[in-house]
Amino acid sequence: MTAPAPDLIIFTQDLVREYDMGGEVVRALQGVSLQIKQNEYVAVMGPSGSGKSTLMNLIGCLDTPTSGEYWLNAQKVSDLDDDALARIRNKEIGFVFQTFNLLPRATALHNVELPLIYAGHGARERRAQAQHALERVGLADRMEHRPNELSGGQRQRVAIARALVNEPSILLADEPTGNLDSTTSGEIMQVFAELHRQGQTIVMVTHEHDIAAHAARVVTLRDGLIATDQRQAA
Amino acid sequence: MPVFEAFRLALQTIRAQKLKSGFSLLGVFIGVASLIAAWSIVNGGNRYMTEKFAQTLFGVNTFQLRRRPMFTPNVPDSVWRAWWRRPRIKFSDAEAVSAALTVPVVTAWQSSENVSVFYGGKEARDIELTTASERYFDIKNLRLALGRPFTAQENRSGVPVAVLGDAVAKRLFADRTPLERSVRIGGIAYRVIGVVEKQGSILGFPLDRFVVVPALSPAQNLVNPPGVLDAFLVKAQSEIEMREAMEVAEGVMRSRRHLRPKQDNNFVLDTSEGVQRFWAGISRILVVVLPNIVVVSLVIGGIVIMNIMLMSVAERTREIGLRKALGARRRDVLRQFLAESAAIATVGAAFGIVAGIGLTLLINAASPLPATVSPLSVVLGVVMGAGVGVVAGVYPASRAARLDPIAALRQE
Repeated sequence: MTAPAPDLIIFTQDLVREYDMGGEVVRALQGVSLQIKQNEYVAVMGPSGSGKSTLMNLIGCLDTPTSGEYWLNAQKVSDLDDDALARIRNKEIGFVFQTFNLLPRATALHNVELPLIYAGHGARERRAQAQHALERVGLADRMEHRPNELSGGQRQRVAIARALVNEPSILLADEPTGNLDSTTSGEIMQVFAELHRQGQTIVMVTHEHDIAAHAARVVTLRDGLIATDQRQAA
Repeated sequence: MPVFEAFRLALQTIRAQKLKSGFSLLGVFIGVASLIAAWSIVNGGNRYMTEKFAQTLFGVNTFQLRRRPMFTPNVPDSVWRAWWRRPRIKFSDAEAVSAALTVPVVTAWQSSENVSVFYGGKEARDIELTTASERYFDIKNLRLALGRPFTAQENRSGVPVAVLGDAVAKRLFADRTPLERSVRIGGIAYRVIGVVEKQGSILGFPLDRFVVVPALSPAQNLVNPPGVLDAFLVKAQSEIEMREAMEVAEGVMRSRRHLRPKQDNNFVLDTSEGVQRFWAGISRILVVVLPNIVVVSLVIGGIVIMNIMLMSVAERTREIGLRKALGARRRDVLRQFLAESAAIATVGAAFGIVAGIGLTLLINAASPLPATVSPLSVVLGVVMGAGVGVVAGVYPASRAARLDPIAALRQE
């Protein structure tokens, strides 16, 4: 297998992921081939049990496939070890979680600095980059606040700033609006749209159609396979 | 993640969880505090015994020719009776030894008996009357607060002059000067010519209840039979010369006593070693017991820290998952938790050092022991404290490092 075309950020070939559930082998993914280009905005949908979480974990380099290949940003990552995957997650992927996953005792600024600590940046550089990332999501005036002093929408924006701070190849969002009311969800979608406009590649897992509607392309999974793959007007 | 970051994070966590951290550092705290305090006590005891006790009783580089040892703890009756059957040391023995010595020495005669001393209507009871020759003051390092010691001339002539201990002077004269007053010792009038500086006490025994008079003055009859003395004191200039003088003295005495080569000495050449050997026995017990206390506390401290760290890892599973998702490698997580447990233990050790120093100061103030904190014990305390933390942190930290980020993130 040769390297995929250079404009492909994500390239998977026959991804299979099996789990051993007490002696019984469950095939969560049955061979997924997916290509995502630079600056695409893709929503991944599907009912629970369709394999979208498994695909998300594989794309996010939190897990490795049982078989098949995964190339991320022209680098084959499907057979890397734990520590190498940690480097990839640190440099190439920005995670946004449904439950925000902020450190409760740390300020917004420190939360955003976290990936930079593991990237080995110096304190001054970290601070400057984290401030810039918080400015990008409109939280310049909330840097020294702790998560419990912020609203749900603000917390998710801190998480987005954290995801962006390392300038990753992809922003990977797992139900980013799942814990937010519809008004706040709309704000977060506006942030995503703005980031997309600035050139960010975004992959978002959701089960809400009106959230998926913000994406330019919707991939639907069913029973561990891609059922539909549609482009739509944003 | 650099080590510095790991420690900064560790200190933040400790600050945030004061109570839990407080408990977990208790064991190390006790271990290090007891290490430092006990070490100080042993050190202080050593100094006290070698410097003050031995020197006050014997003097530096000094030996005493005596019938029996001066410091005799736990002696069986048979030995005691054998000592009492020995011949006394005579003036002539002292003179013969003195004449034979080749190294430069200072010598003095000494005999003592408990008496009462009177002045006017006042009585000082239970006073140690010492009949001595003039160099006794030098050998015992007794400095005078008032007046002067008696001279060689006064000693030879047996002039009835007396040098009082501080307590005797206070008892008989209160605030007035005792100099040139006449006190009565065993019915004999003695003119006071000096008062010795206050000596304080040693292990609770007062050291100022004495009177020193010339060995050949009339009171000698109160102390010993004619021509007999308790001890002949010989002070050399160095330990080596003291040993040399002791050999000479032993030869002279054996020949004077007509001892055959296989017969034991029927006299002793007593030095401060006897006292120090007695103390060494006590301090050896401390030296054996002390490390055990410290080790037990540190092991318990380590186990507590390990358990707290395991709890901490369990509570922070989600945080660990997040950190891994954001790019923390195994070694980053490992380092974070190792730093945390090492920091807890080091903070415990730091408090332990403060408490140990405090205890030492307390002992210093409340007891006669000159307890001082040994810098080595502080260094050892820190090293062992941090070491316990690292060792105790290895298992919890490696569990944290091995966590699967997906499972960890999913945990509620």
